[in-house]
Parts: sequence; C-alpha cells; structure tokens
Amino acid sequence: MIITRRAGVPSIIWPLLILAALLVFNAFFTKNFFHLEIKDGNLFGTLVDIMERSSVTMIIAIGMTLVIATKGIDISVGSVTAISGALAAVLITGGAPLSAAIIAPLLLVTAIGIWNAFLVTRVGIQPIIATLIMMVAGRGIAQLITGGKQIYFKGAGFAGFDFFGSGFLFGLPFSVSMAAFLLVLILLLTRKTALGLFIEARGINPVAARYSGVRVEAVTAFVYILSALCAGLAGFIVASDIRAADPNTAGLGYELDAILATVIGGTSMDGGKFNLTGTIVGALVIQTLTTSILMLGVPVNITLVVRSLVVVAICILQSDRFKRFIRAEAK
Amino acid sequence: MEQSIIRIQGATMRFPGVLALDAVDFSLHRGEIHSLMGENGAGKSTLIKVLTGVYTPDAGEMCYDGMPFSAKSPEEVRQKGISTVYQEVNLIPTLSVAENIYIGRQMRKNGAIAWRLLYEKAEAALADLDIRIDPRKVLSSCSTAIQQMVSIARALDGESKVLILDEPTSSLDAAEVERLFLVMRRLKERGLGIIFVSHFLDQIFSITDRITILRNGKLVSVRETASIDKLELISLMLGQEGNRDMGLDGKDWAAYFGAPKMSDAPPIVKAKKITQGSEVRGVDLEFRPGEVVGFAGLLGSGRTETARLLFGVDKIDEGTLEIDGRDSVFPSPRSAIMNGFGFCPEDRKALGILDDLSVRENLIIALQAKMGMFRTLSRKRQEEITLTYIKALNIKTPSMNQKIKNLSGGNQQKVIVARWLAADPRFLILDEPTRGVDVGAKVEIQKLIIQLAEKGMSILFISSELSEIIRCCSRVSIFRDHTKLAEFSGAHINEAEIMETIAGGIK
Repeated sequence: MIITRRAGVPSIIWPLLILAALLVFNAFFTKNFFHLEIKDGNLFGTLVDIMERSSVTMIIAIGMTLVIATKGIDISVGSVTAISGALAAVLITGGAPLSAAIIAPLLLVTAIGIWNAFLVTRVGIQPIIATLIMMVAGRGIAQLITGGKQIYFKGAGFAGFDFFGSGFLFGLPFSVSMAAFLLVLILLLTRKTALGLFIEARGINPVAARYSGVRVEAVTAFVYILSALCAGLAGFIVASDIRAADPNTAGLGYELDAILATVIGGTSMDGGKFNLTGTIVGALVIQTLTTSILMLGVPVNITLVVRSLVVVAICILQSDRFKRFIRAEAK
Repeated sequence: MEQSIIRIQGATMRFPGVLALDAVDFSLHRGEIHSLMGENGAGKSTLIKVLTGVYTPDAGEMCYDGMPFSAKSPEEVRQKGISTVYQEVNLIPTLSVAENIYIGRQMRKNGAIAWRLLYEKAEAALADLDIRIDPRKVLSSCSTAIQQMVSIARALDGESKVLILDEPTSSLDAAEVERLFLVMRRLKERGLGIIFVSHFLDQIFSITDRITILRNGKLVSVRETASIDKLELISLMLGQEGNRDMGLDGKDWAAYFGAPKMSDAPPIVKAKKITQGSEVRGVDLEFRPGEVVGFAGLLGSGRTETARLLFGVDKIDEGTLEIDGRDSVFPSPRSAIMNGFGFCPEDRKALGILDDLSVRENLIIALQAKMGMFRTLSRKRQEEITLTYIKALNIKTPSMNQKIKNLSGGNQQKVIVARWLAADPRFLILDEPTRGVDVGAKVEIQKLIIQLAEKGMSILFISSELSEIIRCCSRVSIFRDHTKLAEFSGAHINEAEIMETIAGGIK
C-alpha cells in the first residue's frame, strides 16, 4: 500500500490531450494532414514537417524547462541562437573545417551560459534581468561577428553543415533525430542521476536544499550553461535551414516559444517539478497549431490572433483551478 | 464605563493537527500596557491574529468597547480602532515619512494630492508622539527607531483605542527602546490599551502593567507585573507540563528509556569563543560522541544562532572551531555535512521541507546530496530506506510518494528528522524537533535522541521545553543575551538551577 508509484493522474496526460484534440480536429478539417510517404528511405508528410519545424523549439525548450524548474528563466536563448549561427557561418565562409565551425560556436555559447550563471548565482541578479542583459547584448555580439550584415553560406564546409537543416538520420529529418537524442540524453542525466531531484529541490526551496547539502549554486549554474548550449545547437539548425546567418532576425522570439512549450508541457513557472517529455509535447502543440492555421488558409493578418486565442484556451485548460473544477464536477 | 476595552472568552483556534488556542480568555484594560508571554508555538501570534481579524476563531466570544464584536476582516478591525505594528517595519523605504504615514489615504484637493496638508498633518501626528523631524525626509534616511515610530504614527489615527506592538524592539538599541517606551507611556496616559509582545524580560518588567502567559495554546496565568518575578514568569512560560502530559515524571522516564550518559571520548566539535556579529558572543562548546548536549534559554538568546554557526550557515567572525582536534571553518552547510554533521532546523516550513516533493524524496535528499549526484540511490534502495524510517519513526502517510505538504506538521517533522538519520551523521543538531508535534510523537523523538546517543552519536538538542531538556541531556548549556552563561551536568541539571540562570538572578 505504501509503495504506489504516483499519486493521481500523471501530468503528461493534459498536454497529450490537447495535442490529440488538435490532431482530431485536423483529421476532419485539413486535407491530407495524415498523409505520409517514404522517398529514398526517408519519411515525408505534414506530420514530419511539424516535427521538423518544432525541433528548434524542442531543443531550446529542453534547456528552458530545467531553468524554469530552478525557478529561473532564460530569455537570452533567441540571441544565443543567432550568435552560434553567426559564428558558424563566418567560420565556414572563411574556409574553416566543419569541426571548427561546430566546436567554436559551442565554446562561445558555453561562455555565455557561464556569464548568465555568474550573474544569477554570484551577483544575485534576478534571472529575467540577468538574461535580459544577454538577450540585448547577444544581438550586438552576433552583429559584431558578422560585421553587421547577413552572411550567406558558401564554401566547401557548407556541404557538411547543410546536414543540420536538410539531412536525414534514421529516416527522420536530422534536426528531429537531434531533438530526440537530446531529450533521451537529458532524461537520462536528470532521472538516472540525482540531478533531477536537486534541480527540483532548488526550485521548490533553495534554502532547504542548501541545508540538506545540495550544491545549490552549482545546480543553478549547470542549467543556465545547458540552456545556452541547447540554444547554440538550435542556432546551427536555424542557420543551416535558411542557408544564411542573420544577426538581427535569427532566433527572434524563440525564447517565448520555448517558455510556452514548457508551460503547456506542465512545468510550472513557480519552479520545482519539471516534465521534459511534456515540454516536447508542448512544442508539438505549438507547431501543430501554427501548421493547422496555415493549412486551413486562415488569412495571414489574423493568424496571430487565432493562435493567441488557442494558447489562452490551452493555458486555461492547464490551470490548477480548471483541473480542480473538472475533478469537482466529476465527483 | 467598563474597564476593559477588549474582552475575549474561550477563544479556540484549531489548525490541522494542532490546537493553536484552547479556550483562552484575555482582557485588555483602557490605559494599560499588557504583555503576552509564551515561547514559540504558545499561541501568542495566533491570539493576535484573532484580535486583528486575520483569523476567525472556531469558538469564543469577543467584546470590544463593551459591545459584542466579531471581526470579519483586518480592514474592519482597523477601522474600529485596533491598530497593529508588526515586528518587521512594514513601510516603503524610498517614500517620504509623510507619504508612509498616509499611504492609501492621502488627503486630496480637486483630485490631486494635497501635499501641504499632508505634510502638516504628518508633522502633527509625529509631534503627538514627541518626534520632531521633517516629514519630507525619505524614510530610509531615518534610524530604525524613527521608522518604528513612523509605523506607529501610521497605525494610530484619531480614533485608535487599542495598539498592538508585536516585537517592536527586536531591532532597536537601548536608547531607542527608551524612546519607544516614552511614546508608549504617553499613549497609555491618553487611555489607549496597548498589547506589547517582546521576548526581552527586562523590557516586560519595566513597561508593562499586566502579563498574560500562554503555553501550548492554553492560558496559564494572568498576573499583575508587580506581583511576579522573573523566575516565576519563566517557570510559567516553560512549564513542567511535559512530564504530566505523558503520564511520566522524571524518574519513571529514566527507568523507561534509560538516562543520558556523560562521555570522556575526545570531542568531535570544539568551539572556542565563537562570535558572530551581535548574535553570538564568545561561546565555548564541546560535543562528544555518545552525549546529548542541550541548549536552554529563551527565544532570541542565541541558541539557534550558535547552532547555525556550527553548521556553516553563517560565518564565524571571531574564535575557532575544531573538528576532530583540527582547526576548521565551514564555508557552507555542505562542508559541514561532508564532515558528518546534520542540522534539523527550527523553522520547518522555511528551512526544512521541500513541499512539492514526496515523502521519499524529502527523506533521502540529504543522503543523496552527501553521496553526490552520480552515485545515485536506486529507486528500490530509496524505497527501502524510506520504509525503514516510516516504520521506525511511525510516520503517518498514506504513501511514501505522497507530497510532504499533505502531511500533518508532526509527521513532516519526523520526515525531516529521518532525513538526517538516513544521512547517518556523527554530530546531529536538532533545533526544537518537538515543536508543534503531538505528545506521542514528542515521546518518540525524545526516546530516539537517547537511543542515538547510546549508539555513539553526538547530539545537540535545542528546546524551549525545559522538561525535555532535563530528561534527555547529558550536559546543558544555558544561553542568555547571545552568549553562553553556564554549563550544567549531572545533578545540576534541574529546573530550579536552570531557570535561575536564565532569569539571571532573582529580582
């Protein structure tokens, strides 16, 4: 009796229900939504498109979820995306080998993650302000790297770099495989070690966590560095996809999608318990919504409004109050 | 005219698992300064919250100004003339003194704030308290005492009949306290009833007319200040109820659970003249394996602050700490834990529980943190450990995966104690481990303390309940005014000697 695995409904059920509702809606109203075909051993179709387009949000949101679990937030991820793409593009067009064009940007974004972590843990600045600094400064750094202009990929190196945006692995677009790989890696890291417990403890009550011997600062620093790394990886996909690095628009507003995916996925902005799989579902929900709106031919000028309305509805569905109401009604 | 401005009969307030007020009677006269005394958990703050309309009591009647009165909201209570100043100055430091006094009720002229009138009225309100400062001054540039006066001026307005001061003196120095007392006497002469809560005994004796003493939610006694001395007051506050509640007197207890023993093993921890700001002043201590050392003293005497120094929560300014005979400084609780220390803090809610995590996660976290991130306890091992302690400490929970916030206070406390037992420390600090715990659980925790010491653990046991200190401890250190006054062992561990030392000589 004492060992029951979980009390109540697993929280993943809610985002899944929302996704299912969107899919059912499309099954009736959108033509060819579920049509899939295999060309050259690779899968194509609207569903694959949705996954591919949401992979960038997924990768950024994995990092964001852990940051939010520590009761923090990282709004610099969009700018970090632009920085990593910009540096990769400059290196590749300058003739650097592919390995250098991957490793150097990752080192740079790690340094940015350390900076964010330093501001949050050592200086004690509120996370939203600390990362706001990098959100603004990051655009500047990206402009410095590219000399203020867009850089179009050319040179031999791009043949390999191209793979981030248009390659296939295991029959799926490479970016999707990458998101899946990252998810599994971080799930193992947080759930097979005690890291997940420490992150949740940090988010729920940092003082109690410190009194219990948790390295609160180290855990906090880790999530900001991981978040920057995730954004850096996403930057490769973004740059490779559009075959250019644009310091001004690349990754613009991505922090908002990542936060939204996290919240839809069932991780509370108050920190504490997090749900990585839920976050992935959240990213899929956002992209499915966008794709559906486009495929339904909703006029472009009201797309954002429709999208916002659905998001509001989702947030209401996810709220504790609504869930309590449902439970009370069910009784 | 009736003498009492406030009269409460049979106030009862029940929280899950705790009877915070148990049929308490209370009365406040006009032109009287009345103190509420009692240790933490005695029911002082609950009673104040009932008076100020924050809580609605489960039972009991209140009369205010001769009329039956049941408060529906703090707002209504304030309008009726009961004003409260809380311990923490509750003002806005960047605004002017005048703005702070009238915030939310500024005088207006044609829709705009009438600044001149505002300043004039503020100046008059302060002069009324014998404070002459420029009300245009920014609040943060004033001393703490003045800020305290500003909050009193804010609390009082023309119609106030009752003023409640909740620990107003804790951040004031002696001269500032005198100034506050002057103001209090002035208000008293005007016929206000003042409720004054403080844990400084000297202040209580110099300013109050009557004292209401509470313990464990019950009214113990109401006395004229002139008719009681410090020793009697302390013994009423700390009480000897503990033994009777459990149907055990001191002797039975020793026969039942065994007596605490002294040890001559080399000390694990030796503190020499440790000092931290004005909180802890030059304290010498020794903790040996197999001994239970008790800290006795009133709230604010430096007990908890000393424990925090030992555990590396705060930094030692002066003095040395020797661990196993070597000079050591703990920069953080983590390094203390790695040295085999454990600390079960007094404020369970703020410092102990991780409310959204399960009983299991709360229980294993210190052990897991000690082992490090990568040497992960398997789920199976975690469950074994949790089950062991759920049984050993008789923790009542529907499931080990229940969130800890859904447990009663006593069971939460047991989980936090278990958290440290699971981490297997050699030196364990228990700060008020039995507070807010029911009688049965108290006995279990006390029994556990003696058993752990028998197995060779060194224990520091801090408690406001003298009876449990006397019962469990091999040696007792007495704290008062942020320093250790004396240490007792053997036959000297008795109520009379401890209370006399705490009282600091009989008045």
